[in-house]
Amino acid sequence: MGIMFGELTDRFESILKTLRGHGKVTEKNVEEALKLVRRALLEADVNYKVVKEFLEEVQAESLGSKVLQSVTPGQQIIKIIHHGLVNILGGQHRPVRFARSPGPTIWMLTGLQGSGKTTTCAKLAARFAKSGRTPFLVACDLARPAAIQQLQRLGHDIKVPVHTGSGRPLDVAMAGLVAARAADRDLVIIDTAGRLHVNDELMQEVAALKASVQPTETFFVADAMTGQDAVSSASAFAGRVGIDGVIFTKIDGDARGGAALSVVKVTGAPILFTGTGEKVDDLEPFHPDRMADRILGMGDVVSLVEKAQAAVEAKDAGRWEEKLREGRFDFEDFLEQLEQLKKMGSLESLLGMIPGVGRQFKGLSLDPRAQKRMEAMILSMTPSERRHPEILNGPRRLRIARGSGNSIQDVNRLIKQFGMMQKMVRSVSRSGRRGMPRLPIGMPQM
Amino acid sequence: MRSFFQRLARGLAKTQQGLTDRIKESIGLRPRLVEQFFDDLEAALIAADCGVDVAATLATETRHSCERDRVTDSAESLVRLKAAMAQILHSMDAVATPPDSDTPPRVALFVGVNGAGKTTSIGKIGCHYARVGRRVLFASADTFRAAAGEQLEIWAERAGAQLIRSVSGADPAAVAFDAVSAARARGLDDVLIDTAGRLQTKSNLMAELAKIRRSADKARGDSGGAAHAYLVMDATTGQNGLSQAAEFAKAVQVEGIVLTKLDGTAKGGIVLAIAHRLKIPVLWVGVGESIDDLETFDADEFVTALLG
Repeated sequence: MGIMFGELTDRFESILKTLRGHGKVTEKNVEEALKLVRRALLEADVNYKVVKEFLEEVQAESLGSKVLQSVTPGQQIIKIIHHGLVNILGGQHRPVRFARSPGPTIWMLTGLQGSGKTTTCAKLAARFAKSGRTPFLVACDLARPAAIQQLQRLGHDIKVPVHTGSGRPLDVAMAGLVAARAADRDLVIIDTAGRLHVNDELMQEVAALKASVQPTETFFVADAMTGQDAVSSASAFAGRVGIDGVIFTKIDGDARGGAALSVVKVTGAPILFTGTGEKVDDLEPFHPDRMADRILGMGDVVSLVEKAQAAVEAKDAGRWEEKLREGRFDFEDFLEQLEQLKKMGSLESLLGMIPGVGRQFKGLSLDPRAQKRMEAMILSMTPSERRHPEILNGPRRLRIARGSGNSIQDVNRLIKQFGMMQKMVRSVSRSGRRGMPRLPIGMPQM
Repeated sequence: MRSFFQRLARGLAKTQQGLTDRIKESIGLRPRLVEQFFDDLEAALIAADCGVDVAATLATETRHSCERDRVTDSAESLVRLKAAMAQILHSMDAVATPPDSDTPPRVALFVGVNGAGKTTSIGKIGCHYARVGRRVLFASADTFRAAAGEQLEIWAERAGAQLIRSVSGADPAAVAFDAVSAARARGLDDVLIDTAGRLQTKSNLMAELAKIRRSADKARGDSGGAAHAYLVMDATTGQNGLSQAAEFAKAVQVEGIVLTKLDGTAKGGIVLAIAHRLKIPVLWVGVGESIDDLETFDADEFVTALLG
């Protein structure tokens, strides 16, 4: 889930540490702490009105006698803030909706220019193709130059058909629905042109499009870097078009993403997915409660585990367990782990999910090229070298360096890192720990 | 510019209307009202994305200046605030490089996060140059995003500019090198280089950007100045704009900002924070999707629109 709320988390942590320090909390303490919370929320781009309302609620609850007289007033207030954040972020998470058969399910993506609609269309299609749906993309952005080609290219890459046409977006959409039905596709995803919420004509157009198409879900795609104005655009889209759900994009940067709170508060629609990178797989479900945990510095452990599980398929996991028990670990395994790491997304986004780690590793990113180089070196080894790394002598190392286009120092470094991982695996096997293998996220110097 | 800012002023979101109306209402600042007035001022600045620090600094400075001179009229206080804001932006005037000082071809590199409006801005700026008789070349060094090259090609046709592009996945630095070399050979005036959108936290992509710049400079040789880098920023950007400006400046020495999509209700107040902290000026403003929707930045009008 990236490090979106990382900084906000840092701030809350430090604020609440001072709260925890006090044995007994007075009204003045609460006010002081909440002032800091206000600042943190504003700096995170939560709309100032949303902040105001939120803090009024928190303060009212915090000043209740139960909190002030409790043995752990700090923790009580943390709980109240946490609860409040969960409430704003959508309370109960709901799964994305599909049409009842005969369908098809229709999703329409709307939003401002540059929020990431076209990319997200492809990500949704790829994700649900994987879970057995038959997606069908319809290119209704006829305004931006080459938007149609962009969707066509993305559709081609993920092997999902794309319907295109010219004229009015409405005609293209209706023809697209006919084509999708004819091709027996069960999930139609409609891309629309980006538009400003103050452009009456274009807002009318997308409202009419929605009325004719009758989507199962109408999404508002919002950029995590949006500032205070998120409130105006989101409420306009909600009011004029009607929003069922929000997709929150570009959270893999260092934007603190306070717009998420604003958008959910003014639209009343839940955030269903988050965009976590530029690759087509970089789309994840949104969980308000976990996000609130992140804000409070508890980390997003559940997401991490789920992600790891998706990457390590069940049967592999069994095989790994066996290997671990025996303390075996060779370059073939190393290579496999590199592959898994690729599937799991960036190292950064993984580290961000681990409580207490996000902060230390902020800004650290694993260069995909470095990963590629490692792969090239391992692939330049002979099968017996991969299985018996101890035979890697000087001449062999030199050959590997030449064969993979790296220096001998690179090869030595790789072997050293491998040695450390091997040691790690052995220690795990000795301690008799079972279950998931440690992924190489603990690997130093990567 | 004026007509646009009038439109902008009319298009105010409801959430802010009450606030700015309150500020603009001319009242005598009796002691009882002073606190509320300056709180409102600060809130209006925060609501325009100026950031907590800049908002607090400006509100406090204005208050002190009013108290010192015994100003008891809210309208006069507002005038002082606007002057203070404009001063932050005007202090940039000297920094803004005059665009015609280089020997041709002048090379401009457009950088920014995904979806900021780089390709569209290049189309508009290129058209503006072409209209005053300059011979312009567009280079698509965004070899990552699907159909980015096609998008720039359409803009090149509209603007009457030449185009250099490569296949998807090609080395963007090589595209930049080829484009600048071609512009020299053809004796063109301007090269506008489009780059792939990237989040400023992706260090490998930022390194790639620095490399694009280096190869553009290399292609230009020792004859003229180096390439000019411009940061394209969406006016709806919140406080993350500061981190964007700082990181992009670190990678390619950003000389100015193109502030896009200012035709909505977003105020773009983050550029005030950027000017205040990083001393990077705004040069252009994007106000729509058509080729003419580009204006040079005017600090005084911007400040007026920002406060509604």
